[in-house]
Parts: sequence; structure tokens; C-alpha cells
Amino acid sequence: MYLLAIDWFFILEKFLLIGLIVTLSMVVAMYATYGERKVAAWLQDRIGPNRAGPFGILQPLADGGKLFFKEEIIPLISSKFLFILGPCLAMITALLTSAVIPWSTPLHLFDKDIPLQVADINIGILYIFGVVSLGVYGIMIGGWASNNKFSLLAAVRGASQMVSYELPMGLALIAVLMLAGDLRMSVIVNNQIEHYWHIVYQPIGFIIFFVCALAECNRTPFDLPEAENELNFGYHQEYSSMKLGFYLFAEYINMFISGVVMSTLYFGGYDIPFVNEANWDINQNLLAIIGFAVLLAKAFFFVFVFMWIRWTIPRFRYDQLMKLGWRTLIPLALLNMVLTAAIVLWFKK
Amino acid sequence: MALFGAMMVITSKNPVYSVLWLILTFFAISGHYILLNAQFLAVVNIIVYAGAIMVLFLFVIMLMNLNQTIEPKKNRWLKFAGAISGGCLLLVLVAALRNTEIKSQTAMVNTGDIGLIKNLGKELFSTYVVPFEISSILFLSAMVGAVVIGKKDS
Repeated sequence: MYLLAIDWFFILEKFLLIGLIVTLSMVVAMYATYGERKVAAWLQDRIGPNRAGPFGILQPLADGGKLFFKEEIIPLISSKFLFILGPCLAMITALLTSAVIPWSTPLHLFDKDIPLQVADINIGILYIFGVVSLGVYGIMIGGWASNNKFSLLAAVRGASQMVSYELPMGLALIAVLMLAGDLRMSVIVNNQIEHYWHIVYQPIGFIIFFVCALAECNRTPFDLPEAENELNFGYHQEYSSMKLGFYLFAEYINMFISGVVMSTLYFGGYDIPFVNEANWDINQNLLAIIGFAVLLAKAFFFVFVFMWIRWTIPRFRYDQLMKLGWRTLIPLALLNMVLTAAIVLWFKK
Repeated sequence: MALFGAMMVITSKNPVYSVLWLILTFFAISGHYILLNAQFLAVVNIIVYAGAIMVLFLFVIMLMNLNQTIEPKKNRWLKFAGAISGGCLLLVLVAALRNTEIKSQTAMVNTGDIGLIKNLGKELFSTYVVPFEISSILFLSAMVGAVVIGKKDS
């Protein structure tokens, strides 16, 4: 379908894919809230939500409905535009990251190979990194526009935490990039399918990346921006109704996406473990769907670990947080990077 | 959009809005980089400037709480000097840009992928190795300087 020298089919395909992925991350985030409460209940020997629907399965819908119908309050002396912009930014940056993730092997429909990746740009992972670094603004703008000193303090805490944990994250990433030899996400995954998963070569790098991902998502033990007992409620204290919902929702989307990114970078993406699926004699579409399910399973496992950690480990103190970031993780990541570089160079000779 | 953002940076009354407009300007500049097929530059621009440096700017401004514009009365001569120095900068820029050969530049861009990461890396570490290393030393010295100033009080 070519019209005005534009491949309309291509555009349609990408639009569908984007819509599908955004919906998927929304639904996953919605049920992650349910999962979080169930996991919390399980760890604390309770039952958890069980009223709405069988096993409380409709609980997220009920929560969403409640948030929509609550009264919306915008503080009078706050700057209104920025106050609304804050949660929007948090949501947008959370959803943007999914664009470069390769979700599975290409589908074969209508005599065409449709890659299940929105954009395979040649800076893939750097793009994710860039968008993550923008996630700070949602918190900062929201916290400042609330015109409340607790919110402002929480925003400053959150922003400085995110900025300082981006550094070790980037350093841990560089080691992975040296192994894969490319920044493109699809090449990184293919490299793992051909050889071993990167977790085998990069256990330290993975641990660093994992800790940083926890910090970037503002999850316990790094949830200082939301420390209730010191800051009332954190940066979203003045927010109510669905704008508060957006902030909380963005956190769950971030969690899901970081789970996907971790499984893509270190756990082979859509690669099915222990088998060589290229030898299977089955339909390409079926294979793609299985690969997608495998990726989701890996991501869900990480989301579960996030929750597990949240309900097990208490919060850090702020100076401990900074000390961990700057004095432990960055030197460790640097060491890891130099070692990886030396080893890669050694084996290439 | 870049020009509009830049205009808003200097006309905004509230410094926080100024910084936010500046961030928008950086985004527009990144858009230009992408149009020139320099994706790496575009993303690095966002990560470094919009993602890190401007956040620190925002910190300082938000914590200083400059909401009430208590602007000190400016000396008229100071304004005059500012205008002159700004004009000088404009003159230098115009003089420098006037003689560039735009045609050959666009031709080089059109051949494609000078801004892609592989070519960029090769260029940086072969043709431009010395300036690259010197600039990194400059950064190192700036970092050491910052640490020294920070340690002075304690």
C-alpha cells in the first residue's frame, strides 16, 4: 500500500504495535498493583484483596474507578499548569521506554515479516537511558508545583537519588555493550541467543544494574521520596484523584519495563532457555508468541522479586543511600567495566 | 521551536519556568540532531544536558525559592556593558559563520551516517584523538577543582 510515496501499511503496523504495547504495559501495571497486594498479604500471612470478583481479581478496576470519581483538588497557590504537567510527564516517560524493546521474533502475516519491535534504532539502549533520565522531571515538577515544603524536599531527594544511581547503571551497561558489540537491542538479544546469556559473563554487572533499577523506580529499600514517616506522603502529597493514580501507576509501569529491560539485557530476552528453538519445525507465528510469553514470564519474575524485596527489607537512611551509590556501586561498576574490557580484548586477539 | 523556547528562557519572569523552557530548547536541538541523522549526539544531548545538568539547575533554583522577584536595582552602566558584550558575541558569531561553505556541509550530511555511533567513535579516536584527550583532562581538572573547593570548609 503505497500512497504519496509513504508506506501506509508500515505506519499502520507501527501504530497497531504501539497501541498494543502501551495497552499491555497499562494492563500489566494494573494487575501489578493487585499482585503487589497479594504478595504483601502472602508475605505477612494475610489473605489480601478478595472481595471484588473471584479472588479479588476485579480489585484493580475497583481501585481505578474509585480514583476517577474522587474529588480533584488543585492547590490555589500552586502553578496550575506545572501541577498537571507533573503526573503527565511521569506517565509519558514511563511509557516511552517500551519503544525500543524487542518483544519477540518477527511475526509472519500477509506475506510480510513484522518485527515485534517498534523502532530498532542504532542507539537502542542509550535511548532507554535517556528517557529514564527524564523520569526525574515528573517528580521534580510535581513536587515543586505543589508548593509544599515536604513535597519539595521529597522531589529533591528523589531527583538526586535518580541522578546518582544513573551513573553506576550506565557503567554496568557499558560492560554489556562491550560484550554485545552494539547498542541495538535486537543485536544484544541475538548475541545472547548465539552464545550464553549475559548473566553468565556479567553477574556483578547484573547485581549493580538490579540495585540501580530498584533505585530508579523508587522502590523500597530506596523509596525515600515517599518516606511516609518523615515526609508525610512524599512528592505526591498534594495530589488527589487520578493525578495521584498516574504517579502510582507510572511506578508500576516503570517496574514492569525495567523487568523487561533486565531480562532483555541479561537474561536473553525472548530466548527460550536450554533449547535451540531454531531447530523446531513449527509455525513462525507460534514461535513468536512463545518467545513473547517467555519474555513476559522473565519480566514478571523480576517484578515479583521487586515486590518480595519491598516487603522484606526496611528503608535505607539517606546518607546510607548516597554512600552505597557513590562509594560502593560506582567503584564496583568501574572495576567491572575495566575487567570486562580487558577480557574482551584478550579473547579477541 | 528551538528559537521560541530560547526566547521564552530569557523572557520568563520566574527562573523555574526559564529552566523548563531551556529543557524544551534542548529537546528541540536534539530533534535537529535526529533530522541530521546524528542519533548518538541527540541522545547524549538529552542524557547529559536535559537529564543531569538541568536537574541540578532546577535543584538550586527551587531551593533558593526565587518566587518573589526581588530584583536588585541594576546599574544603568551594567546594562549598557551587557548590551555591548552581547553585541560583540553576535558579531563574532556572524563573522565566523559567514564564511562557512554551507553547500559542502550539506553534501557531507547527505552522504549519511557521520553522526552514527560507529563512525563517530572512529573519528574521535583517530583523527581527533588529541583534542578529545585534552578535553577529558580539562574535565578531570574541573572535577578536582570542585572537590577541592567542597573540602575547604570542613
